Amino acid sequence: MSMSVIRAAEIKIAEAKKNGLIKGPVHLGVGQEAIAVGVSKNLRNSDRIFGAHRSHSHILGVDNDLHKLFAEVLGRNTGFSYGMGGSMHLASKSKGFLGSVPIVTGTVPLALGAGLASKLQKSGDIAISYLGDGATEEGVFHESLNFARVSNIPILFVVENNLFSSHMHMSLRQPLNTINRFAKAHKIETRLIDGNDVVEIYRTTSEFIRKMRSKPEPYLIEAITYRWFGHVDWREDIDVGVARSKKDLLNWKKRDPIKRLSDAMINKKIWTKEKQDTLDLKVDELIDENWEKALKDDFPDRKSLLDNVYKYD
Amino acid sequence: MCINMIRTSYSDAILSGFDYLLKNYPEVFVLGQGLWSPWYVGNTMKNLDKKYGKDRIIDTPVSESACTGAAVGASICGMKPIIVHPRMDFMLYAMDSIVNQAAKWSYMFGGQLNAPVTIRSIINRGGSQGAQHSQALHSWFAHIPGIRVVMPSTAQDARDLLISSVLCPDPVIYIDDRWLYEQTANLGPIKETPLNAITPKCLKEGDQITIIGSGYSTLLALKASNKLNCDGIDAEVFDLRVLNPLNSKNLLDSVLKTKRLLVIDSGWKSCGMASEVITSIVEQIPTDTLIDQPRRITLPDCPAPSCEVHEKDYYPNEEKIIKFINDEYYF
Ligand SMILES: Cc1ncc(C[n+]2csc(CCOP(=O)(O)OP(=O)(O)O)c2C)c(N)n1
Ligand SMILES: [Mg+2]
Repeated sequence: MSMSVIRAAEIKIAEAKKNGLIKGPVHLGVGQEAIAVGVSKNLRNSDRIFGAHRSHSHILGVDNDLHKLFAEVLGRNTGFSYGMGGSMHLASKSKGFLGSVPIVTGTVPLALGAGLASKLQKSGDIAISYLGDGATEEGVFHESLNFARVSNIPILFVVENNLFSSHMHMSLRQPLNTINRFAKAHKIETRLIDGNDVVEIYRTTSEFIRKMRSKPEPYLIEAITYRWFGHVDWREDIDVGVARSKKDLLNWKKRDPIKRLSDAMINKKIWTKEKQDTLDLKVDELIDENWEKALKDDFPDRKSLLDNVYKYD
Repeated sequence: MCINMIRTSYSDAILSGFDYLLKNYPEVFVLGQGLWSPWYVGNTMKNLDKKYGKDRIIDTPVSESACTGAAVGASICGMKPIIVHPRMDFMLYAMDSIVNQAAKWSYMFGGQLNAPVTIRSIINRGGSQGAQHSQALHSWFAHIPGIRVVMPSTAQDARDLLISSVLCPDPVIYIDDRWLYEQTANLGPIKETPLNAITPKCLKEGDQITIIGSGYSTLLALKASNKLNCDGIDAEVFDLRVLNPLNSKNLLDSVLKTKRLLVIDSGWKSCGMASEVITSIVEQIPTDTLIDQPRRITLPDCPAPSCEVHEKDYYPNEEKIIKFINDEYYF
């Protein structure tokens, strides 16, 4: 799915959260769309992808069903998780998106196991673990790097370093502003890239993934980026960080991954301003159509409260 | 006795359960610390690495958290992994993967995914090992909806319930106890039984008191009940086998018959398994059913002591149980 659709979907969600239509917390990744889009272009349905709390882009990257995302954040039974998850618990099994949950770093070892499984199954499939800079502060991340390396597990750690863990800037949490040193410490090949450059993300991922499919091994990408909204929900000006200034935000907005791609393509004369405008209109229509549809869907049946606690019974 | 029955110890029974699973199910693999060494897991994993290869029997770094999470993740992807924790105490580093992830993976996503991982956790205590090398925390896990908790007390169940656990589509914590490893039984051929069909089992019939145990405490209950017979007290002994979800149906029938209830548990008293079992029975029977108050024998509410003098007082044993029953109940 394209960056513009993901952006528009999240802006729609932001509005709906503001208007009280969405009940649960939503963690928006506006400004960070390039990463999921660049990575996902290299994936196939049998790969195994795990996300976290800010994962709308991660799931849309491989499953373009907007209606299911909207229905899920609205708690409807037609959503990605049949209305049982909301924004923070998303899955799309058939597309290889095997779950995103809000325990920070919780899915990192799960992705590791998914990679281990694919190695044992000799499937050539790989595991993707999306995580944030904050998540690298949990012990299990370091255990996972070590285990991935000693067991040669085909897992790509995609660290979205947006410089913040909720309100705390990197400089208040770690001695350096980048985290790829952890990969180096575990002899894992790594690259520090511009997380707002979709082409660079695509190229790096494609190079790593090609290698991983033929020889199972872990890799780590650190993509530097920035989220435009606060840590949670729709506002820019609350929960935005001890060290986050308006000026920083404006500067980062100038590095908008969508505009950068569009401008670069127009410069190279493979795209035009008119085409961009038509596209934007189409995107808006797509969003509205799916949103309206989702709003009409039902909530899960009250009788289903105890369903799916166990598979047996 | 049937000729194809073999006298087998509890620990060999576990080994034969592993062997059966690894032989018949290519998606089964095992990971954990000490799997290539008898030091950690006794003979319960002996030579499995040689027979099935070090790809399927993975001895891991000292990373309980990542390794348990990896087992959960692999289970989501069509494998049937068994993660082994040589001591329950060590497993506490892995609580997130067990409680937040595995237990909820089916529910959170509306049933489209599940985590059929088996977490084998060994209770290994006594011998002055002290507070961090002795814990039996089954009650904790039995509190969590979404995980099944299994505690075999016989050699037969040690093998068969391991197989049922691994083949179960839900996450299962299978807890074996080193103090049971020398118990033997005549094992017949393996018959796969779905875990949800396993209910508490009556190991000795009687009509004067119902004694319920799990794991090692069932063995104590059984031994004590045999001696009690000489005192003219006819006890019925039940082994819980599956602690969560708890099926109390046949326990209830037993208590309605014997009218006396004692639960023995190898965990602590406060918020423990014994409280749960007693409550789930008592809340379902008429108030005038019981001749004596329901009672429990548990560990005292303190960490396991290292000193051998304290240790003797700390753990229940046959004599203490017999004395307790003679002192506390009127027959
Ligand atoms: C185990 C755990 N600790 C703390 C939290 C609270 N929390 C939620 S999101 C978050 C920030 C995580 O930052 P990062 O990994 O960089 O992701 P980002 O929000 O920047 O996308 C924190 C601390 C949590 N959800 N889980
Ligand atoms: Mg961050």
